[in-house]
Amino acid sequence: MTSPDLSAPATEGETPLLSVRGLARHYPVRLPGGLFGRPGLLKAVDGIDFDLARGETLGLVGESGCGKSTTAKLALGLIPPSAGEIRFDGAPAPAPARQDAAWRARRRRMQMVYQDPLGALDRRLGILDQIAEPFAIHAPATPRGEARERAAALMDAVGLRPDMAARFPHELSGGQRQRVVIARALALEPDLLVCDEPVSALDVSIQAQVLNLLDDLRARTGFASLFISHDLKVVRQMADRVAVMYLGRIVEEGPPETLFRAPLHPYAQALVAAVPVPGRRRARTALRGDPPNPVDAPPGCPFHPRCPVAIARCATERPPLLRDAGRAVACHLAPASPAPASPTPASPPHAAVSAAA
Amino acid sequence: MLRYLLSRLGRALVTLVLIVSAAFIVLRLSGDPAITILGPEAPPEAYAAFRAAWGLDQPIWMQYLKYFGAIAQGDLGNSMRDGRTALEVVGERVPMTLAITLPAFALNLLIGLPAGIFAALNRNTWADRAIMAGSVMGFTVPSFVMGLVLALIFAVKLRWLPSGGSDTISHAILPVVTMGVIGAAVIARFTRSAMLEVLGQPYVRTASAKGLVWREVIVGHVLPNAAIPTLTIIGFMVGSLVAGAVVVESIFSWPGVGRLLVTAVANRDLAVVQVIILMIGTTMVGANLAVDLAYGWVDPRLRTARLKTA
Amino acid sequence: MSAIPDPTSEPTSPASGSVFTAKAGARAFFEAWPPMVLIALAWIALCLVVVAFAPQIAPYDFLALDLRARLIPPVGMGGDWAHPLGTDELGRDVLSRLIQSVRVSMVIAFLSTLIAATLGVSLGFLAAWFRGRVEQAILMLIDAQAAMPFMIIALAALAFLGNSLTLFTILLGFHGWERIARISRGLAIAAQEQGYAAAVRDLGASPWRIYFRHILPNIASTLIVSMSLNFPEVILLESGLSFLGLGVQPPLTSLGNMVGYGRDYIQSAPWIMLAPAAAIVITTLAISVIGDWLRDRFDPTLR
Ligand SMILES: Nc1ncnc2c1ncn2[C@@H]1O[C@H](COP(=O)(O)OP(=O)(O)O)[C@@H](O)[C@H]1O
Ligand code: SF4
Ligand SMILES: [Mg+2]
Repeated sequence: MTSPDLSAPATEGETPLLSVRGLARHYPVRLPGGLFGRPGLLKAVDGIDFDLARGETLGLVGESGCGKSTTAKLALGLIPPSAGEIRFDGAPAPAPARQDAAWRARRRRMQMVYQDPLGALDRRLGILDQIAEPFAIHAPATPRGEARERAAALMDAVGLRPDMAARFPHELSGGQRQRVVIARALALEPDLLVCDEPVSALDVSIQAQVLNLLDDLRARTGFASLFISHDLKVVRQMADRVAVMYLGRIVEEGPPETLFRAPLHPYAQALVAAVPVPGRRRARTALRGDPPNPVDAPPGCPFHPRCPVAIARCATERPPLLRDAGRAVACHLAPASPAPASPTPASPPHAAVSAAA
Repeated sequence: MLRYLLSRLGRALVTLVLIVSAAFIVLRLSGDPAITILGPEAPPEAYAAFRAAWGLDQPIWMQYLKYFGAIAQGDLGNSMRDGRTALEVVGERVPMTLAITLPAFALNLLIGLPAGIFAALNRNTWADRAIMAGSVMGFTVPSFVMGLVLALIFAVKLRWLPSGGSDTISHAILPVVTMGVIGAAVIARFTRSAMLEVLGQPYVRTASAKGLVWREVIVGHVLPNAAIPTLTIIGFMVGSLVAGAVVVESIFSWPGVGRLLVTAVANRDLAVVQVIILMIGTTMVGANLAVDLAYGWVDPRLRTARLKTA
Repeated sequence: MSAIPDPTSEPTSPASGSVFTAKAGARAFFEAWPPMVLIALAWIALCLVVVAFAPQIAPYDFLALDLRARLIPPVGMGGDWAHPLGTDELGRDVLSRLIQSVRVSMVIAFLSTLIAATLGVSLGFLAAWFRGRVEQAILMLIDAQAAMPFMIIALAALAFLGNSLTLFTILLGFHGWERIARISRGLAIAAQEQGYAAAVRDLGASPWRIYFRHILPNIASTLIVSMSLNFPEVILLESGLSFLGLGVQPPLTSLGNMVGYGRDYIQSAPWIMLAPAAAIVITTLAISVIGDWLRDRFDPTLR
């Protein structure tokens, strides 16, 4: 390696836990127009690269429909990619196509927390049984009593009272259900926890509690995390590093502090500007134009139809994601060498989290 | 449309092949034809000669292919009881069965359709309730009970009609009525449901709101649309008529294919059973194919939708 | 002898009123439990008692001959309470035979329905899990079975298999599996897309665990409703074949077998045939009423 590849994430020392290169997922779709609608290609995720170190939390933000959940499922190996490569712990991940024994065994090391906890739980099973289920799946030799004891300990760890053990999911509040899902996901101490909008379905008053719980647990057990949200405040609280997605691509990446204080990409700027701040009445610059359509995305910079500062080149030439000093941006107008606002490199694991929420 | 046609034809063909294969398996598994024909005491050379002559010494898949060839040539074996070809034995019964199933089918439609339409148009009146109560019969009274009760009333008690045989037209009345009434109940219930579904559609309410005369709405919009789902049950009706004929012919000693099937099963006359199965299978596949094609023709929009759900 | 799908049934009128009077209470009760349903449930309960305690309930041994008491008419047609439903031409007590027949017919129908359910659920789940070629093959089987009236398939199989109660029961178990397979495939495919099944799959659960520990309990109510619709059809099928002399064989007796036997005495002793015929009709009617009620109550999507 003589000339550094500017588009690849900088790898520092040890192999990352999760490493993703050129990852894409395309869906063939039929465009509206009745029976004989034109076939099109929906590029839900269209070539993204990132690394996730052990114990690190990477936040993924972007509007709804930009491909965050698809990225999560690809990273976990739940759906096969159309292109690209995923390495987990340095080795290629088992193919999701057949969901064979190797694939199932791999689940033990990577788990997921879902947006809709009620949907993710079996409504006909008591919650203790559901929390104990990972033991039954991956350690069937565990005696039943021991599995239940460990499940009870997990309930305690996520703040559920012992008397709730026999309850069914519909007998719990939304926040409690999400605690059940978290307990089940962490039962076997996975290395990677993917959280896909874990608090979006919860009351605002509950959100902070669940986020604090996740943060606590991470500090205690040290899992790495891909943390997805459309809410910048939430990501800012949770992430060590943030990637902004637009139409299936990462358009900007960097430490949360700097990225949210001084975003470089016009889309990231618009997102940050749209966050309501107490004392200011309206967002300064709202996103204009139609919401993006991932089918037949525009040529050139995918953001150019909505970009307030687009130039002619933007409509024809796609800006590459260029990395420099812990930040990365994909925009023709971005400063050639974005000056890091603070000298923080990729934040170390367990970095102190700012109280932004 | 062509794709729809081909896919339906392909499906029908596959079903037929499955039925023929089932018949082959039944025939082959049911004992060594050499012993069946020559008897258990023939000399071993006779068996060998017989097997060579009939190709029974060939591998089973060869026999399977040849079996298809034989069927294609109309060679379906001989009746064990009768010595004649099975096809002949069954063939002479076919007109008798048609003589009661076709009038019964007509009766199904003549009673069932008007009753269902009438019930739907007079929904929740006593007439509707009476028709629906009567139609429950179609699902819960088996044809042998219906047949025997009719025989008890009209042949035994009232002595208006003969209770069995096939000498005169009046002998056909009880079998036809038995099958006709049961099928009519099923059709009435189904037609009423289809009508109510259409009557609840917004465009029917729009049409009547536009000031069209109610009769025009019914004739112009409701009936054609209700006909589509009602069509689907024709295939089912053919099946239940066939099954009904087996029972009804037995009750009334009517010498049709159904009664022949029952005796052939009891006597284990497998060649005859096989011919009847193939015949019924072909009829059913043909009826279902016809219904599917009519369906696609009546409502082109449904072609692909049905392809997907089927 | 299989039911066709009924595309609609009446939307039930919404429960009325919030005024709690005794009358409104009674009306609410009968709206939830229509009298027809109550009667049907009572009849089925009676049948279950008969199934459980047939030998204790029956006044006589169903095989016991009494040549001095032949062709005695039932109560109301000139008979007395010694033989409430009369006797047949061998002097066997019709009531005792009826009780035994109900027991045999119900047990056969129950076992057969269980077989059909097991077969249908397994094949439906297999199709849902494998999709692709396996699914196509199963769908083809479903189509082929649905294309032939089952009565005819059963007759062909009987010609080949001959008669044995076990084989007969298993054979009847092939009635209706295709409907249950279709339903369970549809429900399982829908459930796979739902969060809870995806979530256990994401946990690394085996297909066995996903389908039988999670999906099956979640779709059980719909499956039970569809089994309740299968049950009366099996009773009709069993009695039809037994009536033709191709099902349950004497000395054992079943409802259809009794009707077939009584048919020879339709002139002189119609009660021999009428008692089991009435039992068949009332039982299938009762189960259909309960099945429809269950369907409307628990699963309006299954029509
Ligand atoms: N199975 C699928 N088939 C077709 N399109 C899909 C599928 N899954 C997701 N998509 C599309 O891909 C895009 C990205 O979806 P998703 O990853 O769920 O976005 P996000 O989680 O950011 O809201 C959306 O336009 C969505 O409609
Ligand atoms: S490349 Fe051009 S269109 Fe895209 S974000 Fe930058 S300025 Fe806007
Ligand atoms: Mg999402």
